[in-house]
Formats: sequence, structure tokens, C-alpha cells
Amino acid sequence: MEGVGKSYFGNRVLANVNFSLKKGQILGLVGENGAGKSTLMNILFGMPVIQETGGFEGKIYIDGKEVSFNSPFEALEAGVGMVHQEFSLIPGFTAAENIVLNRESTTYNVLVEAFGDRLRTLDRVEIRKRAETAIDTLNVDLHPDMCVSEMPVGHKQFTEIAREIDKKRTRLLVLDEPTAVLTETEAAILLKSMKKLADLGISIIFISHRLQEILDICDTIIVLRDGEVVREFVPEKTDLMSIASAMVGRSIQGQSQRTQEDADRTSGEIILRVENLWVDMPGETVRDVNLEVHKGEIFGIGGLAGQGKLGIGNGIMGLYPSGGTVTFDGDVVPLNDPMAPLSLGIAAVSEDRRGVGLLLEEPIAWNIIFTALQVQNRYLRSILGGLVRIRDAAAIRDCAKHYIQALEIKCVSERQRVVELSGGNQQKICLAKAFALDPKLLFVAEPTRGIDVGAKKVVLDTLREYNRKNRATVVMISSELEELRSICDRIAIIDEGRVAGILPATAPSTEFGLLMLGKVQKTRERVTA
Amino acid sequence: MGRIKSFIEAAGWPRIIIALFLLGLFVIAPFVEVRVDASISDTLVRFGMNGVMVLAMVPMVQAGCGLNFGLPLGIIAGLLGAVTSVELELTGILGVLAAMCIAIPIAVLFGWAYGLLLNRVKGGEMMIATYVGFSSVAFMCIMWLLLPYKSPSMVWGYAGTGLRTTISVDGYWIRAISDFLSFQYGKYFYFPTGMFLFFALLCFLMWLFMRTKIGTAMTTVGSNPDYARASGVNVDRMRTISVILSTVLGAVGIIVYEQSFGFIQLYMGPFTMAFPAVAAILIGGASVNKATILNVVIGTILFQGILTMTPSVINSIVQTDMSEVVRIVVSNGMILYALTRVVKVKSR
Repeated sequence: MEGVGKSYFGNRVLANVNFSLKKGQILGLVGENGAGKSTLMNILFGMPVIQETGGFEGKIYIDGKEVSFNSPFEALEAGVGMVHQEFSLIPGFTAAENIVLNRESTTYNVLVEAFGDRLRTLDRVEIRKRAETAIDTLNVDLHPDMCVSEMPVGHKQFTEIAREIDKKRTRLLVLDEPTAVLTETEAAILLKSMKKLADLGISIIFISHRLQEILDICDTIIVLRDGEVVREFVPEKTDLMSIASAMVGRSIQGQSQRTQEDADRTSGEIILRVENLWVDMPGETVRDVNLEVHKGEIFGIGGLAGQGKLGIGNGIMGLYPSGGTVTFDGDVVPLNDPMAPLSLGIAAVSEDRRGVGLLLEEPIAWNIIFTALQVQNRYLRSILGGLVRIRDAAAIRDCAKHYIQALEIKCVSERQRVVELSGGNQQKICLAKAFALDPKLLFVAEPTRGIDVGAKKVVLDTLREYNRKNRATVVMISSELEELRSICDRIAIIDEGRVAGILPATAPSTEFGLLMLGKVQKTRERVTA
Repeated sequence: MGRIKSFIEAAGWPRIIIALFLLGLFVIAPFVEVRVDASISDTLVRFGMNGVMVLAMVPMVQAGCGLNFGLPLGIIAGLLGAVTSVELELTGILGVLAAMCIAIPIAVLFGWAYGLLLNRVKGGEMMIATYVGFSSVAFMCIMWLLLPYKSPSMVWGYAGTGLRTTISVDGYWIRAISDFLSFQYGKYFYFPTGMFLFFALLCFLMWLFMRTKIGTAMTTVGSNPDYARASGVNVDRMRTISVILSTVLGAVGIIVYEQSFGFIQLYMGPFTMAFPAVAAILIGGASVNKATILNVVIGTILFQGILTMTPSVINSIVQTDMSEVVRIVVSNGMILYALTRVVKVKSR
């Protein structure tokens, strides 16, 4: 690959990526969420999303020939196989059937004369033989007649890989986090079979968050950060620490800098205590979280996607089934009841802006005041001699105008529908909605996701200012570690639904990186064992 | 030109086309010897009769439960109130009020159960609602025969038990609401002031309700249930309240309809009552999840206007009596047209 670059809607996600991969080698690709790994692989595999958003820059060569795939079929034709994070298997079919799907071995029958080749009979014996060969190549214990829906995840993963192997032309295999769903033993088997495949002359690009695996089997390691290749390592000459720091340590130009005043801040008594919290949020399961947040601080919660950091906020706000003890300002917060935390003075800005955070079809003013109206009975006025209370249109307008001005929301008027605004301005409305509640504690989840750099800075500055002026406590949940480090006082890193560690924001990024990758805990366990 | 364009955009092409068609019918009417004053009077009376039942659509649409195809359930509650009032031999405005007072608690009960059911079928409310309406009508066909009503003006003459299909309220409370402050102008023009005042009052109450805390929460539930939940609103409760409200308005609506019409229609009477109401509110410009009082008023005038005018004008043109056939063709055609608009709004 040479000088590969890609931008989505003017938002640059990849810039000038160069690397080469020799026949029969394994290349490890690592990077944080959003570093550009998936985009890079989508380009390589010719996914339609790339074409739809304006193609890419740079050139890709396979065997010295320049290639540019317009669809995954062309990529398959050229011998590029890919195993995605999500399985693409047919649950009701057996392993063998899935492996040979659409490339079945067939035999002749009479109907072919009349209706053509599409009606050839399946050659079950041959199919089984091919499946067995592919599975043997992997050297795993997988029965070809097993139905996919009855398989454990590990076997599904093997089936996917076996399918790629069965394709005779496959010369380059991309594995996107294949070990994420596997147990340790299964992962070890997979790694062994990957080595075997490499020996057979198939080149492999291996994406993983488990750095140890990468170190164990790769011939070269490339670290992506913010869409650029930051370092290339050879495993023999490096260690976990240097890879981890290369992954997370990004230059913090243009980001809001910490000031001396920040360093001198002292936090008050404990305002929020979370004990043994579990939250059943799909994809973000929280298993056992214990936290203490002090009054007046900005507390960061970080970690890789899917480890449960988003579940904490949503669980406390009562949006997903949860259990454990949450104490706020001396009161126990009843869980599984969205009204309870709101009325105690906890507000939240959801990470799912368009799904949960906004009424897209309603005017800006409604979006801002609705929660305050419901929870605190504000913006209502009495009519008919106090018999009924209806919305106070004037107060609502004034409030909306105030926030539009204060947060520099770009809009025609407070009556404009929210769906017409840009992502950054929508996010500001979500903040305004939370501020209108005058919360003592504010959860902010992924406040800068999907908005441009300028708006990012405004959002972060607004949060910081709100914290300073109103003495409000802010809990910020974000996947972007640098962002957390720029405004938080302390940061907790969540790994596999548990707190891996809490560090002051000034701690070196390497330590955060290690926490994220779950390395610290494991070494500790090993020590105790 | 710009002003015309913005007016068309605000009103929407369907309404402009239908309004022009209705206007055209009124223009043709005198030439085919259909009296315009009588026609206008008819249209107004029909508007008053149906208005409340169209208004009943608003709460459920606003709460995201879709169009209330289960309106027959509310109508049945209204019918129970009406026959009980006749059984008690109550007359005049007292009779109507008694009918409503009996009907409303029944409607609340029905609406509550109906709401619980709809909360279990989120996303498929309209389909389920249609069958709730149909099956409740079928069930009541049995009940009308079995319920122990005794009034000689209501039961079958030869058996002495079981209610008749059509019961006249003449002598009890015919036009009890309509005739309040009503006036006759010339031989053909009758204006049911009382019915209009009553409809206006209900519209005002609905307008007021939609601006209270609960009404606001209800609209939000319809707009984005997840947002509402995150703001501490009990989504299922709001939906149930909207269904109860809709059912109660259906009950009140049918009593208003009967006192003007002069008859209580039992058995299969309520079967298709939901469709004209649904069609009217859709023609008025409501979508499946947004409806205003203005949609109700405009839609009812247009729908009932067309329904009154088309048969009489066409009858006079072709010189045969096929008014009933034309009425059925026109009303079902309009419903079909209105329902195709539902799809458009969804896919926008």
C-alpha cells in the first residue's frame, strides 16, 4: 500500500498510509477505536461504502500489479479474503455447507439440459471432502456436519476462516479481531493455524486488541493512530509498553490545554458512590463496577468500545436493567427508574444523540425544556384560576433563546426543527437540555462523537466552564483518551465491565494504554498465583 | 406568487384539490336543481355529528399509537350509555347527559384494557386496533340480545327481549344538544348551534390538555419514546392514557351523533364507524404520528362535505336514485385515498 488516504465528508480518517507485506508473512495492525483500521481494510476489500463516499487516495499493489476494487466480489476474485468481526454465516446450514456456500461442487443431471447450469445437483460427498480439507488445514476440531446455530462462537469463527481457506485463490487473508470472541485455548489454536497458513504462502493481516498475540505471531507490527502509521515494529525488538504508548500517546495540538489552575484544584467530599454495579446493556455490559466521584470534579471514564463504559451512565440513569448500590449526595438512587436520578439532580447527555438524546421532529425549544418541564414542573403557568397548568410559551422561548446564545447554537430560530441542524449543534442542544435541569451531577457520554473539530472544542470548553462556574460535578464518558486527559481530573479505565484502574489525568499515557488492554490486571493475577 | 406557493405548501396539495372539488360541486349544484342552502345545512349538521369522533383520533396519534381503528370499542361504550338512558326514560338534555355519564366510565374501563393490549403490540397498533374494533362489535352482537333491557321502545316486539337493530330516540332526547340556540333560516337552512358549541368546547379542552404536562409528555412519547423515557416519562402509562381518552371521546362522539341523527344503531352499526373518522383526519393533513385540532376541523368539513354533496349532485345529473351506491363509492374511495397518504408520510 502506498500513500493511502481517505476522508469521510471532509473528516479525515486516514492519511498517507504506507506498508508492504511479503508472501507468507503475518502483519499485525493495532490502534485505538477510530484509528482507521476498519477504514483501511474496507478500502482494501473494496467495500461499497468507500465508493459511495468519494473513493480513496493512493495506490494498492498486489503482486506488483496496481489494483482498485469497486466491490468485494472483485477483491475476492483477486484473492483477498476477509473475516469480519461480525459473523456472516447462515445459522440453519452446516459447517460444510457454509464453507462452500455459492462455490458448491456440483454434478450433472438431466434438468441442466433444459434450465442451464443453475440446476446442477449438489455433490454432497465432494462438499464434505472439501470442508474437511479446509478444516484440516486449520488443524481444529470441527465437525463438518454440525449446524452453525448449534456451534459455540469459537467454532463459528473457525468456520468463517475455513471458508476463506477453501477459496483456492486466497492469497491475502484479513482477520478483523478474530480472537475477541474466543477463549484462550481457542485463540491459541487459531494462532497456531494462522502460522500454518502463513507457511503455506498465504499472507495475513491480523487486527487485534490483544497485544500479546500480535507480539507472538506477527512478522511486522504497524501502529495506526488518527489515520496515520505512527510506528512500525519488529516483534523481536520491542515490548508491550512501547506499542501501547505508540497507540495512545497522541500529540495534543489544538486541544484545550491544562492550566496551572487545574493542577491546584482540590475536590470536595464524595458525591457519588457506585458499588457493585451491573448493567445489562447490549454490547456494553457492566459486570462489577465500584467508583467514587468527588464533588466538583470532572471524572473521566475511558476504555475500549464494548468494555462497558457506556453502560455505567445508562445504568445509573435507569435506562437499562441494572443492579448494585448507587448513593448520591447521601441518598440511595433507586435503579431501573429513569425518574429517580433526574429528580435527585442527576442529568445525562446520551451517547445516542439522535436515538435517545433528541426529538428530531420537534422544535429546538421543546428539546431543551422538556425534561425540566417533566421533572421539575418548570415552564408551566396556571390558567382558569389555577385549575390547570399549561406550557408557558414565553418562558420556554426565553430559555431556549438564552441557551442558543450561550452555546452559540447556529439556527434560524428556536422554532427550527432539530433534525435540520448539524451534529455539533445537535450536541449543544443535548447539553442545553441537561443544563436546563440545573443538575448537581452531569453524565456526558461521548460528547464529541461525530462532530467536527471546532464544535468539539466548544463542547469541551462548555463542559469545563459549567463545572467551574456552577460547581457541578461532571462525569465524562469517552473513547478518546486524550480528550479525557485534557479536561478531567481523574480517569477510570473500564475493561471487561470492571474498573481496571483509576489514575489522575496527569499520569503518562502508557499507563492508561496498559489498563485499556487489560494487561495490568493479568500480570497482577499472575503475581498472586 | 411566493405567497401562493407557501400557502400551497402549508395547506398541502391533497387538501387544495379536495377543497376545489367541493367548491366545484357547490357551483354545479344550482344548475342541477340541488338547493345550495339545504346542502350547506346538511354539510354543517354532518360536520357536527362526526366532529367529536374525528377528534377522538388526536390523542392516540399524538402518543404514537397510530390511528384509532378500534374506535368501535368507544362507540360501544357510548351505545351502552345511550340505551341505558332510554331504558331509564330520561328525556331532553338530561337524557343526553345521563347517557354520557353512564358511557364515560365504561369507556374508561374499555380504554384501559385496550391500552394494555396496545402496549404489548408496539409497532403493530393499527392492525391490532382494527381487529379489536371488529371483534368487540361481534361480541356485542350477542350481548345486545342478552342484556336485560326492558323498555318497550327498544326491545323486539314479538319476543319481548333483545334490543332492536335501530332504536329511535324520538321522544327521548332527539336533537337535545343540537337544538340549543339553534335557528332555522328559511325553509331549508337549519343551523345546529348547540352541537357546534359542544364540539368547540371539546376541541378547546383537547387543545388545553395537549398543553398540560401530561399532554406534552404524550406528544413527546409519540415523537421519540426513548427520549421520553430518558426524561423520566412513563411511556406505557402515557400511551394508556391516550387510548382511554380516545375511547371516551369515541363514546361521547357517538352520543352526539345519535342525538342529531335520531336513531341508535346497534349490532353491526359501529362496525365501520372508525373508517370515516380515520379518513377525515388524514384528509385534514394529519400523519400517522402528528395530528392537530386544525387537521380535525378541516378534515371533517372536507370529508363530510364531499360525502353530502357528491351523491345529491350526481343523482340529479343522472336522474336515477343511486345515492346510496354513490355514497359508498365516494366514502370508501376517500378512505382508500387517505390511507395511501399514510404510506407516503411514513416513507418520507
